[in-house]
Amino acid sequence: MDNRSPYIVDAPSVSVIMFKVLLALIPGIALYVYAYGLGVILNIFLASLTVILTESAILAIRKLPIKVFILDGSGLVAAWLLALSIPSIAPWWIIVLGTLLCITFGKHVYGGLGYNLFNPAMLGYAILLISFPLIMSQWQIPNSLIENNIEWFDQIKIIMNSSLLSKETIDAMSSATPLDYIKTQLTLNQPLSVIQQNKIFGFLGGKGLELISLGYLAGGLYLLKEKIISWHLPVSFLASLFIIASIFYSIAPDTYASPLFHVMSGGSILCAFFIITDPVSGPTTPKGKIYFGIAIGLLVFIIRIFGGYPEGIAFAVLIMNIFVPLIDSLTQPRIFGHK
Amino acid sequence: MQFKNIFKFNGGVHPNENKSLSTNLPIGRLPIPKKLVLPLRQHVGRVAKLKVKPGDQVLKGQIIAEADGNISASIHAPTSGKILKISEEILPHPSGLPDFCITIEPDFKDTWVEKKPISWKKLDRTKLIEALSQSGIVGLGGAVFPTHMKLKINQSQPINTLVINAAECEPFITCDDMLMRERADEIIQGALIAQTILDAKECVVGIENNKIEAYEALKKAAQKTTIEIKVVPTVYPSGDAKRLIYLLMGIEVPKEKRSVDLGIQVFNVATVAAIYRYLELGEPSISRVVTITGAVKAPQNYEVLFGTPLSELIAAAGGSSNKTKKFIMGGPMMGFDLPSIHVPVTKAMNCVIESSPELFPAPKPVMPCIRCARCADACPVNLQPQELYWFSKSSQLEKARDYNLFDCIECGCCTYVCPSNIPLVQFYRYAKSEIIAQDKSKEAANTARERNDFRLARIEREKKERAERNAQKALGANEKQADDEKKSTIAAAMERVKQTQQENIKN
Repeated sequence: MDNRSPYIVDAPSVSVIMFKVLLALIPGIALYVYAYGLGVILNIFLASLTVILTESAILAIRKLPIKVFILDGSGLVAAWLLALSIPSIAPWWIIVLGTLLCITFGKHVYGGLGYNLFNPAMLGYAILLISFPLIMSQWQIPNSLIENNIEWFDQIKIIMNSSLLSKETIDAMSSATPLDYIKTQLTLNQPLSVIQQNKIFGFLGGKGLELISLGYLAGGLYLLKEKIISWHLPVSFLASLFIIASIFYSIAPDTYASPLFHVMSGGSILCAFFIITDPVSGPTTPKGKIYFGIAIGLLVFIIRIFGGYPEGIAFAVLIMNIFVPLIDSLTQPRIFGHK
Repeated sequence: MQFKNIFKFNGGVHPNENKSLSTNLPIGRLPIPKKLVLPLRQHVGRVAKLKVKPGDQVLKGQIIAEADGNISASIHAPTSGKILKISEEILPHPSGLPDFCITIEPDFKDTWVEKKPISWKKLDRTKLIEALSQSGIVGLGGAVFPTHMKLKINQSQPINTLVINAAECEPFITCDDMLMRERADEIIQGALIAQTILDAKECVVGIENNKIEAYEALKKAAQKTTIEIKVVPTVYPSGDAKRLIYLLMGIEVPKEKRSVDLGIQVFNVATVAAIYRYLELGEPSISRVVTITGAVKAPQNYEVLFGTPLSELIAAAGGSSNKTKKFIMGGPMMGFDLPSIHVPVTKAMNCVIESSPELFPAPKPVMPCIRCARCADACPVNLQPQELYWFSKSSQLEKARDYNLFDCIECGCCTYVCPSNIPLVQFYRYAKSEIIAQDKSKEAANTARERNDFRLARIEREKKERAERNAQKALGANEKQADDEKKSTIAAAMERVKQTQQENIKN
């Protein structure tokens, strides 16, 4: 006999959840375009195209329904996050290769949607960073800081075929990120107060970058309101990063950047609301989410300050992904009626 | 209505209530049908013992099958008439399997047996419980556990609190709601009787805040009593006894314990009303209020005689209004598909919903679990449904047990909120039945092994004993031989002596 109760459901589908995540990225993307031009849109487009083609091919090989698993939107989320994580002036094949690797090795080799151990976007990012360190550290300079006259089309040219541009134009368009700049300048024994005089620094973080972070923050609050994500991960991660940065900052403010700078720089806000909140590769228990967020906050800070890379989010997330099953099993909530 | 001293449990869901569908009209009465089919098993426990044979004339309220032992309940004739047959019929049960039923052909005179109201205030508790064991009353909230058993009290743990469950948290169901609106006095009187029998210090009624009229009616009926009417939030599954106790008292009934172990007993409103009718009016349990709702043309509540074919109830509600003709017994969260519209109305049948694709769309294709943990947020037991799903799906049954699968109350909240449309509860039911079956076969295997060990030991022992016996025998034979030899030697010696003596005499 068919006993399929409950007969009623009230849940957003996986597609709706994923498309709401994409929607939540829009304010950040809009501010990205405002500060840096259209390059990021091209990267998102290339990433989307690559993910759809790659996933279709893999799904066809795996004999799975293509339409269903393309429309679930999870591939697009990973692709967009990767596109937003790489430098917006990187050549086109960087995002294409990165997306291809991210979706193949980050997602489908584990069994596809729901089965991946690692955050696909961060896996793709880490592979790119290790393989092409030079390209991955050449970031775009905000439009407002460019002295030479740059046409908007140059931002497309630098991605599609940088040989069309003069070396001066390319140089004028690129710079190191504030996190990177601090790291290299500190090795030259410059005090932080002098380093932060540089034009690339803005009010809280990097000029332009801090604006995008505010856009991500708005999107993140939307996801919280829509109950797509819970407060545990963003709050614990940002609090942990803020607190450890405060400790170091209070000891030596000329060597360690302010906690607010750490929170508003690099990918901190994107990480807090969009990356560590990936449900598949993260913990599921409320306590586990808090521990996971705290650990990533600490690791991000440690890698930024003591590691070889200026930004530590990708490695911190991948390292903590390994511990997710352990965290979950150690943080089981108390069952009703149990001690 | 305000919540005072309410303890909210984690999780739960609030589906579209759909209760107003069936509360516009008062409780209707169904005419006596052409035949009544009464299953011998309508309760938890042993099947009732047959007391009639085909051709017998019976009166309304007469026992036609008697409670067999303590955990059992009697079945009474819902009207007067003739016993037509005793046969296997399809029952309103998820299994869809047939079971033995008594079919009565009513004579439409509806003649009562002599009603014997019981002056319960004068009788002592044991006598009252004995009397109630004949009443046929079982838990009408759906658990159908024999009520008299729940009134017995353990000397070591007296009952402090009687909880009356008026939550009725499932969508669509309104039989308790309408009963409270129309017969609040019976409920309150019944609750007072139960409180007296249990010798409980206090009595609390827990009702969801979506039943304003019922609340007002109970409040009015309970005015001159010490019974407290407490409003609880409308969150499914507030009507689950352990959840209701927590809502009202902030007490978690511990794992593997029952509420009575903590001095709390819980009765459904319809059950206490039935106790009242039996003791005060002498009417045994022969009917109940049933909600017929969903896609039927005229949803309503009816007082229905047990054994009435469901088709009669459907006809009374204006008939079905869609072609699927699928009916669900219970609510949409925990109910099940009825095998036929010809099944009889039983003591467990609180609600029948006509399904339709608009009300209950076919389940959407199942997607992989994305570990979003919405199910964990919705679980009123604080389980981790996503882990249990993983373990059940991969048949890691021991793991599922370790993650407290057996604490799952199968309320369906997890499935209700799952974005991937995974029928989680079905996986848990499967895993539970697998584990139970494995435990049974393990037990059987253990017994078999013990028997075999015992047999081998016995064979060994017998062999040893036989060997000993043989050795003993052999030893015995030797001794006899030795004995014989001795005897013959002596005899020979004696002979020689004799001969010598004779020879000496001759000489």
